[in-house]
Amino acid sequence: MSDTQTAPLLDTVEHAAATPDVEQPWAELGLKVDEYANIREIIGRRPTIAELAMYSVMWSEHCSYKSSKIHFSLWGENTTDEMREKLLVGIGENAGVVDIGDGWAVTFKVESHNHPSYVEPYQGAATGVGGIIRDIMSMGARPIAVMDPLRFGNLHHPDTQRVLPGVVAGVGGYGNCIGLPNIGGEVVFDDCYQGNPLVNALCVGAMRIEDIHLAKASGPGNKVILFGAKTGGDGIGGVSVLASETFDEGGPTKRPAVQVGDPFAEKVLIECCLDLYAAGVVDGIQDLGGAGLSCATSELASNGDGGMQVELSLVPLRDASLQPQEILMSESQERMMAVVEPKHLDEFMAITEKWDVEATVIGEVTDGDHLVITWHGEVIVDVPPRSVAHEGPTYNRPLARPAYLDGLNAAGTAELAKPQTGEEIRAQLLTLLGSPNLCDKSWITDQYDRYVLGNTALAQPDDSGVVRVDEETGRGVAVSTDCNGRFAKLDPYAGAQLALAEAYRNVATAGAAPLAVTDCLNFGSPEDPGVMWQFREAIRGIAEGCRFLGIPVTGGNVSFYNQTGDVAIHPTPVIGVLGVMDDVSKRSGSGFRSDDAHVYLLGTTRDELDGSEWAHVVHKHLGGLPPKVDLAAEQALGRVLVEAARTGIVEAAHDLSEGGLAIALAEACMRHGVGVTVDGLDAIGADAEGNPLDAFTALFSESSARALVAVPAGHAAEFEAMLGDVPHARIGVTGGRDLEVVGHFSVSVAELTSAHEFTLPAVFGS
Amino acid sequence: MRIGVVTFPGSLDDRDAARAVRECGGEAVPLWHGDADLKGVDAVILPGGFSYGDYLRCGAIARFAPVMDALVPAARGGLPVLGICNGFQVLTESHLLPGALIRNDHRKFNCVDQRLVVENASTDWTSDFEAGQEITIVLKNGEGGFVADEKTLDTLEGEGRVVFRYVPDAEGRNPNGSYRHIAGITNERGNVVGLMPHPEHAVEEGYGPSLDGRGFFTSIIKQTLESAATA
Repeated sequence: MSDTQTAPLLDTVEHAAATPDVEQPWAELGLKVDEYANIREIIGRRPTIAELAMYSVMWSEHCSYKSSKIHFSLWGENTTDEMREKLLVGIGENAGVVDIGDGWAVTFKVESHNHPSYVEPYQGAATGVGGIIRDIMSMGARPIAVMDPLRFGNLHHPDTQRVLPGVVAGVGGYGNCIGLPNIGGEVVFDDCYQGNPLVNALCVGAMRIEDIHLAKASGPGNKVILFGAKTGGDGIGGVSVLASETFDEGGPTKRPAVQVGDPFAEKVLIECCLDLYAAGVVDGIQDLGGAGLSCATSELASNGDGGMQVELSLVPLRDASLQPQEILMSESQERMMAVVEPKHLDEFMAITEKWDVEATVIGEVTDGDHLVITWHGEVIVDVPPRSVAHEGPTYNRPLARPAYLDGLNAAGTAELAKPQTGEEIRAQLLTLLGSPNLCDKSWITDQYDRYVLGNTALAQPDDSGVVRVDEETGRGVAVSTDCNGRFAKLDPYAGAQLALAEAYRNVATAGAAPLAVTDCLNFGSPEDPGVMWQFREAIRGIAEGCRFLGIPVTGGNVSFYNQTGDVAIHPTPVIGVLGVMDDVSKRSGSGFRSDDAHVYLLGTTRDELDGSEWAHVVHKHLGGLPPKVDLAAEQALGRVLVEAARTGIVEAAHDLSEGGLAIALAEACMRHGVGVTVDGLDAIGADAEGNPLDAFTALFSESSARALVAVPAGHAAEFEAMLGDVPHARIGVTGGRDLEVVGHFSVSVAELTSAHEFTLPAVFGS
Repeated sequence: MRIGVVTFPGSLDDRDAARAVRECGGEAVPLWHGDADLKGVDAVILPGGFSYGDYLRCGAIARFAPVMDALVPAARGGLPVLGICNGFQVLTESHLLPGALIRNDHRKFNCVDQRLVVENASTDWTSDFEAGQEITIVLKNGEGGFVADEKTLDTLEGEGRVVFRYVPDAEGRNPNGSYRHIAGITNERGNVVGLMPHPEHAVEEGYGPSLDGRGFFTSIIKQTLESAATA
């Protein structure tokens, strides 16, 4: 015999057992040497190539949370029984579910699609939206809205002009075509995101409480059905290769690992799934996202009480040449997996046929305890499903407070030159209004349909997105996402709490009572102890903050490795808060609507300019300590805002955040072209020594727990009576066509608007 | 006052259109793309969305749906039909209305509260408006540029078949590059109307830029009531 003897084409379990010493590409698949050894130990032999593929994707950072999950105990430790009361489904399922009253349940979650969107902006962003929508669908809900917190590098960097238009077109292209209103989000520019833009996507869904579905495969003999799009070669190894490694300068492009989306297929899939749920023919349901069939089969089996048997050759393919391990790893979009009792099979198939959705029985639930996958009858996977889905490696990575922090915290804004005259303040207000983070974002948001479904009561640029859930009563939800990465860089614990506080406040300014939290934790490499420390501090901040505010974290996502070389992004824990309103038609908008309304500033203003937008824009400065966190004040403020909205006397309510009072006033004026005369600036706040704040500091400080509220003069006394202990000052009256700060400066709303609207079209074209 | 709303695969604003019909006092009847059956309705709305993903060309595949086999002859026979956005595209593809809708001149999807002038208040769908009235409703599309040859445009103008025009901005531009600022047109008979903007998103207090969209639905409801009375 010559040495041309070829290996068998199929690496079966039997073959693997007989050939223990075959070299395997575990390193290329992203596994570490000890992880590979661990797999061999679990299954008592070398894995087949198909098993290796499954473990490699499921044990990736993206799917297994191996660096982060050791810190997740902070969630549980900080969730009280009271917080659990409204929580119908918590962390660990596809998305959390909360009870919003009247028998309605709402599910929401935010996820990252950062790395794919940098490699291929359009498809990366589009499939990010598609993926989070399927998570919401798999809970049994009808998706009702999306939001997208986006972060890019410098607005004027040439690569931003490659990434941003593609991401925006992708978010819009998918969301518009699938028919979900895009009701908000964020757009932030900072050099730290240049090589690592953050594309996070949030989806909200609603259902009746009894319609909640879960991802589990139970009942031996029940059929396992794959339905939706055919499986192709796109996105193979996306989670392990793309999402779980740092980009190297000059490395090979990774485009083939990005998935391609088809929103039309997903729209049809949504309607089909809702019909299936309504017919009561679905026992368990799971979407196919990261790690594709590897994830769906192992998670469904792991969550159930038995085993599962799947014949992989039955999977409908777009590309007949795909190998079994590629089929297991493919991240082709718009696919779902259902577990269905045999007696419901015919009805299931009739519904999928009505929607022209291809559905194929590829296996069944068994009474064993293994996940067994065959290829034309030969066993190529035989593993305990929990070992794939839930018992991956856990790392207790070293963490250490970065050495640079002391220096950074010491370098505050006290020494920076501040504008002295009214004219100087006026000029800096206009500069800030046109700066990348504060400028008008309608070049972006006008590319998204905010009206489809007909339930949108509020959308960008208002403080939160508000949609109706119950068409009879008007009951609905408000959602806001926020994070100031600069604050988190200065102090990740406080920064995370400030993000939570801002999102909480934005929901309350609309008039909704905050109810639940989702988070998308975007960080650098977990292998850097400084990043790991930031991560731990941020989680601790969110968990303890949520406990204080009494609103549970319902789920979310961790995105590590957002760094290029050894430069990490600012820690960016994006927080989404969801609130509920009895009748969303009573929501408060952020803009002044009519003349002669009294304008109040609620909350305490301090001398807090460190990490502010002013320091960033005017001095390119980041240093010092973030504003004080005062969650008790946030809670008291929130209560007042919700109560006032309920009585219907609020004409406008707007949160104070980046750019402080000056920007909040300008935004409230520009919304409907109504001016304001501010004569009460002297009554605002004091510095640490108790001296009154100068006009500039009063206008640009970014102290938290503050909001601007306009109330018609006739209701002023009623409003003041509601305020209780909440510090407040009546600072002015609406009217005219100017923003005038008496004794300091005046600027027409038209001039504000032209400075505000100029920026993005100047870069991207009109 | 039974008004059918067709659902194609990929229709998005079908439930919204049905809600608008109900809000304005009519009965909405769901029609399915795969059934060549109009269920005896008094009028039909082809809603917005991305029928069949708008693959190939907007409205080009929907035109061949079985329901259109019933709708096209009925419309030629006088059945009132309103095509909104994708529905307008389906109407031009079906040759119930002339011209075509092409990609916006700025190449982007665009969602705005849009001012329109009502040019023709005598169609089945606009009789509750007054000619020259300005309304604000939602415009949201990627392929809303109305184009036709000069002769067709002149005919439309000459016969008063331009139903809506965009109010141009300060630079004289409309939101998608439509020829002669045309936002909506009608057929000779005035029973078939197509427009890119979305009246169904402006019918409820608190959920849209205005209540100006109600006029479309109250017009047709009154129209059908009157024709029933005179029949």
